[in-house]
Amino acid sequence: MLGDIVQYLSDPFNQDRILGYLGEHLQLSLLPLVIGLAAAIPLGWLASRTRSLRLTLMGTANVVYTIPSLALFVVLPGLIGTQITAPINVILALSIYTAALLVRPVVDALDAVPGHVIAAATAMGYRPLRRFFAVELPLSVPVLAAGVRVASVSNISLVSVGALIGTGGLGALFTGGFQIRYLPPIIVGIALTLLLALVMDLLLVGLRRALTPWSRVGGAH
Amino acid sequence: MIEFRSVTKRFDDGTVAVDNLNLSVDAGTITVFVGPSGCGKTTSLRMVNRMVEPTEGAVLVDGADVRASDPALLRRRIGYVIQQAGLFPHRTVLDNVATVPLLSGWTRRRARDRAGELLELVGLPTELGKRYPAQLSGGQQQRVGVARALAADPPVLLMDEPFSAVDPVVREGLQDELLRLQAELDKTIVFVTHDIDEAVKVGEKVAVFRQGGHLAQYAEPDELLARPADDFVSEFVGRDRGYRRLSFLDASGIELRDVPTAREGALPEPRPEEWVLVLNAEDRPRGWLPPGSTVDTGSETAEVQPGGSLYTKGTPMRGALDAALSSPSGLGVVVDEDGRYAGVVTAEEVLEAIQQRRAEPEHGEPEQGGFG
Ligand SMILES: Nc1ncnc2c1ncn2[C@@H]1O[C@H](COP(=O)(O)OP(=O)(O)OP(=O)(O)O)[C@@H](O)[C@H]1O
Ligand SMILES: [Mg+2]
Repeated sequence: MLGDIVQYLSDPFNQDRILGYLGEHLQLSLLPLVIGLAAAIPLGWLASRTRSLRLTLMGTANVVYTIPSLALFVVLPGLIGTQITAPINVILALSIYTAALLVRPVVDALDAVPGHVIAAATAMGYRPLRRFFAVELPLSVPVLAAGVRVASVSNISLVSVGALIGTGGLGALFTGGFQIRYLPPIIVGIALTLLLALVMDLLLVGLRRALTPWSRVGGAH
Repeated sequence: MIEFRSVTKRFDDGTVAVDNLNLSVDAGTITVFVGPSGCGKTTSLRMVNRMVEPTEGAVLVDGADVRASDPALLRRRIGYVIQQAGLFPHRTVLDNVATVPLLSGWTRRRARDRAGELLELVGLPTELGKRYPAQLSGGQQQRVGVARALAADPPVLLMDEPFSAVDPVVREGLQDELLRLQAELDKTIVFVTHDIDEAVKVGEKVAVFRQGGHLAQYAEPDELLARPADDFVSEFVGRDRGYRRLSFLDASGIELRDVPTAREGALPEPRPEEWVLVLNAEDRPRGWLPPGSTVDTGSETAEVQPGGSLYTKGTPMRGALDAALSSPSGLGVVVDEDGRYAGVVTAEEVLEAIQQRRAEPEHGEPEQGGFG
């Protein structure tokens, strides 16, 4: 078994393919993470300001997240007029999932920013937009980061599902392996997917730590 | 100067937080808004920097309606110290203090230099600048809050219960510091508190608010304590206000007495049968030698009891009472401006002097609610 895997991996043709899939997978999961986050932040901000909007947006987000991913992959091209296997299709679908997943953490994070800190910022002469980026958003990072980590893992696994309809990524190794009843690519695909999720998670933890040096200092003494 | 002209604030839910407020705050003074919770102090304060807009009437700063100014620009010219300090937890102390200069477009370097100066001004070591707010004590955080509000040198300073979150000892220190700073800076300060003691201590004028946003009385502290405008004010100012008034009367009317004294290091042998005040070579009080004490205790320093607080001539009479009550001999030690022994007073004598003052017409106050 191990021998098979080594043999499979030592073939330069396979190596190229694996690296290609890995790159694809990274792109297909990372891009939606960034786009989804960028969409969730203004949506969450709106939701945190108006009660009626909050209920609507949170409700919509919950519904969107329950749509089966495969269904979204299949339906979306019909809506936006792309090829079913086009990467844009997967990217868009996952961006929507990410945004839906992150709206709540954004709202929770913004709610958790102490009111007196916001009042102080206003009193210092911040205009609302600048205050949002200078005060509210940085203070939201710890809560938000937890949501982004979940979204990252979720995206990486959903990209594998996309392989079922031929969108590429490491999932192509499973589907390819199944078709020819050959185990090594399947195992390599699973291992690399897990590894990718793990490395991304570590990077996100590192990023959060770099962005929030203030959150690690001891409490008041 | 800050003027409230027939200002009313009615919130959307119908709450009238401020009701037809007419009041003017003199430039270069500390004016205190005091009153029970929910009486509209914060709302009044926030109408000055447009964090709340009046429903009726107008607020003027230096003769100009604040509504004529862009809110953000207006606020950069009005320092604001918020309850609980409201420091930015994600910024270092130095960057917190540099906030308004940076917003006003100063270079980072100049803003940081200025912030360093301000830390010094409020009595904080500049090394603290590198820390985050969570790494400071409550009192230090409040100082940073004051430094941040002063950073762009605004002519007006609004302070909303700036010291209410710290313990009483630290609070006293911060109040003293504020008065010292104000003597130096000469800002127009509006200071909100619900603590009447704090109000009469820091305020040159005090506005007492009543529930529903009514101004009950606006007067100098002594006047307020001596002649409360109505039952509400007299109740709020409190039953012990006779004691508070001590803060404003000096003890010049009190006759000082003499007490046996001895030099440090040369105590009388045998020890006398009465309290002896021990002075050092410069006539500064060091402590009390109890009556008939013996030399058995070993050293002279063990024998001499630390004296209570000292009362400096010409300072508020409250200090004289404190000195008498805190002294082991029951005799309050009075010193001159240089800290040299001048005489002693008893608590009874201080109280008697107060009674006399009260009888005098210019300090006349109704008998209810005084010492008793
Ligand atoms: N945004 C608001 N909407 C509705 N009512 C408000 C609002 N802000 C304050 N109030 C009400 O207005 C009144 C005055 O509030 P304000 O905060 O000015 O009181 P305060 O004197 O500062 O009290 P405290 O000593 O508790 O800080 C209160 O009854 C309060 O509930
Ligand atoms: Mg208040």
